[in-house]
Amino acid sequence: MANTREVKTTGFMGWIDKRLPVTQMWEDHLSKYYAPNNFNFWYFFGSLAMLVLVNQLLTGIWLTMHYKSDAAQAFGVVEYIMRDVPWGWLIRYLHTTGASAFFIVVYLHMYRGLMYGSYKKPRELIWVFGMLIYVALMAEAFMGYVLPWGNMSYWGAKVITQLFGVIPVIGDTLLEWIRGDYVVSDATLNRFFALHVVAVPLVLLVLVLMHIAALHQVGSNNPDGIEIKENKDENGIPKDGIPFHPYYSVKDIFGVAVFLLIFLGVVFLNPQFGGLFLEHDNYTIANPGVTPEHIKPVWYFTPFYAMLKAVPDPLGGMILMFGAIIMLFTLPWVDRSEVKSIRYRLLPFKLALAAFVISFLVLGWLGMQSGSTVQKYMAIVCTAVYFLYFPFLFFYTKNEKHKPIPKRLTH
Amino acid sequence: MKNLIKILILLVSSQVLASGEGAHLEKAETNIRSKESLRNGAKNYMNYCSGCHSLQYQRYKRMAEDLGLSKEEVEQNLIFTGAKYTDHMTMNMSSEDSEVWFGKAPPDLSVIARARGNDWLFSYLKGFYKDPSRPSGWNNTVFKNASMPNVFWKQQGIQEAHFDEHKLDSGVVTHTFDKFSKLTDGTMSDEEFDHTVRDIVNFLDYTSEPAKLIRLAYAPWVLLFMVLLVLMTFLLKKEFFKDIH
Repeated sequence: MANTREVKTTGFMGWIDKRLPVTQMWEDHLSKYYAPNNFNFWYFFGSLAMLVLVNQLLTGIWLTMHYKSDAAQAFGVVEYIMRDVPWGWLIRYLHTTGASAFFIVVYLHMYRGLMYGSYKKPRELIWVFGMLIYVALMAEAFMGYVLPWGNMSYWGAKVITQLFGVIPVIGDTLLEWIRGDYVVSDATLNRFFALHVVAVPLVLLVLVLMHIAALHQVGSNNPDGIEIKENKDENGIPKDGIPFHPYYSVKDIFGVAVFLLIFLGVVFLNPQFGGLFLEHDNYTIANPGVTPEHIKPVWYFTPFYAMLKAVPDPLGGMILMFGAIIMLFTLPWVDRSEVKSIRYRLLPFKLALAAFVISFLVLGWLGMQSGSTVQKYMAIVCTAVYFLYFPFLFFYTKNEKHKPIPKRLTH
Repeated sequence: MKNLIKILILLVSSQVLASGEGAHLEKAETNIRSKESLRNGAKNYMNYCSGCHSLQYQRYKRMAEDLGLSKEEVEQNLIFTGAKYTDHMTMNMSSEDSEVWFGKAPPDLSVIARARGNDWLFSYLKGFYKDPSRPSGWNNTVFKNASMPNVFWKQQGIQEAHFDEHKLDSGVVTHTFDKFSKLTDGTMSDEEFDHTVRDIVNFLDYTSEPAKLIRLAYAPWVLLFMVLLVLMTFLLKKEFFKDIH
């Protein structure tokens, strides 16, 4: 029995724990995982993102039972799910509304990180894994949007895959490889289905696991942005920490209830959400001969779409679009400040963050418009503001003045 | 600077005009909860629309159940094609024939209300006017140069459209719809005709999502349950956090 670890439990759990560290995992991650006791509104969105992920997985599995990834049948089979499959309409609306809810929750979760400096040392890897989740989520959402095979599915897939075609030298070959055909076709639909239901969800799950493992290694940040592990009592427990379970598990259940009230309100009362969550143009079947009046992606992609359209050169637009996402990865090293939280930072930081967020929101709105010349200028200005946030932060935070940082958490 | 302002003004004004060219849509004001309106819409749809337009995702049986019609009523009054009660509401005209007759096969209307919106359909069905330059003799203010003829000309009466002409500085002339005038009276009054069209649009809104009836019926109960759950979980959370701060 040389390799058996000492376990405190006896009986059935003792038998289990000797073979699988269930009690230890429970304690490490829940009942003895100490989280700061001053979490506010902004700390609900991590657990809500998990909830939406589970919703997407479950409703997705049930949709897969009825869906057919065949260009000749896909559009009709969605209507079959909506009409003939018992509760099919509910399963589908939970999935389509869930897609938008996922992005709402994730954007708010990311904004929390920007406000309280949660990406800063020692949490760089949490941020990097979070960003990878965001990228995987965008791929997942894009390919899922193609599956109903409506006209916007088709043209959206065409425009977005075309981006890869503008890459010099390898563009054409790459484009053909992605589409599996010379044009967006049944082959494209099939491979997007495979990626949407198997490959990307697997990647997402692994990334979420890494995101949480990295979080539990260093501990959660908080609205004050100070480390609770620096103030421990005689038992080695952070003085400002409370065990995640039962305190935050119970609090998060309240968050879940509020979220579901709003979420189910949308599902039952207005699942199209005025054409934002389910677009009108996607209720006509995919037709290579008829271009929709103006092609636009779903709302959560529109900030990047506006950047893409802001410059006339497609390659430049694509570099801008992907650059905007890549820049976010660099935040932990761009922000050199010794303070984390916006609470103890001065006006210049607050203004810069506000400008950054507003430019992103305005770009989101611009991405939905048909694009007059005025709007194009607005898109250029907002894109510039978005990108300027990073060099500003880099130079500003070198010797950033700040308010005095408290030793213990405030309430 | 002056040039820049000029350009800006031109851009803004052309933007306004461009958006004005899409005709003003009238509010359909349909009520999907009204079974009577839906039944009337179904009847008129079958009589005036179903000859050329299929509802390939809608079943007669589902329609009967949702609209409170009996199997006999549907079989005797609403099935014109020899279809079975459980069949989808398809039609007998082939798309090859219709393409020759109309230039374009009439689209399936199962989900048209979701693609176009109720207001669009309402305004479109009311927006036909006489235009001898078109092959069908009809044009439409909402959908310019539509291939569909005015199937309601007897009921609505034949109308003529009047347009305002705008001449831009650049010399481009644009037209915006002003008003209709009646050339002949229809068999229905304007109110009766609005009513008929509204019911058809309501029926198409139903066929675009039959589950809407269930969805809206469940909505208050689901939300009531969620409000109670929010209250309970809030009290639970408060109880636990009493000893924290």
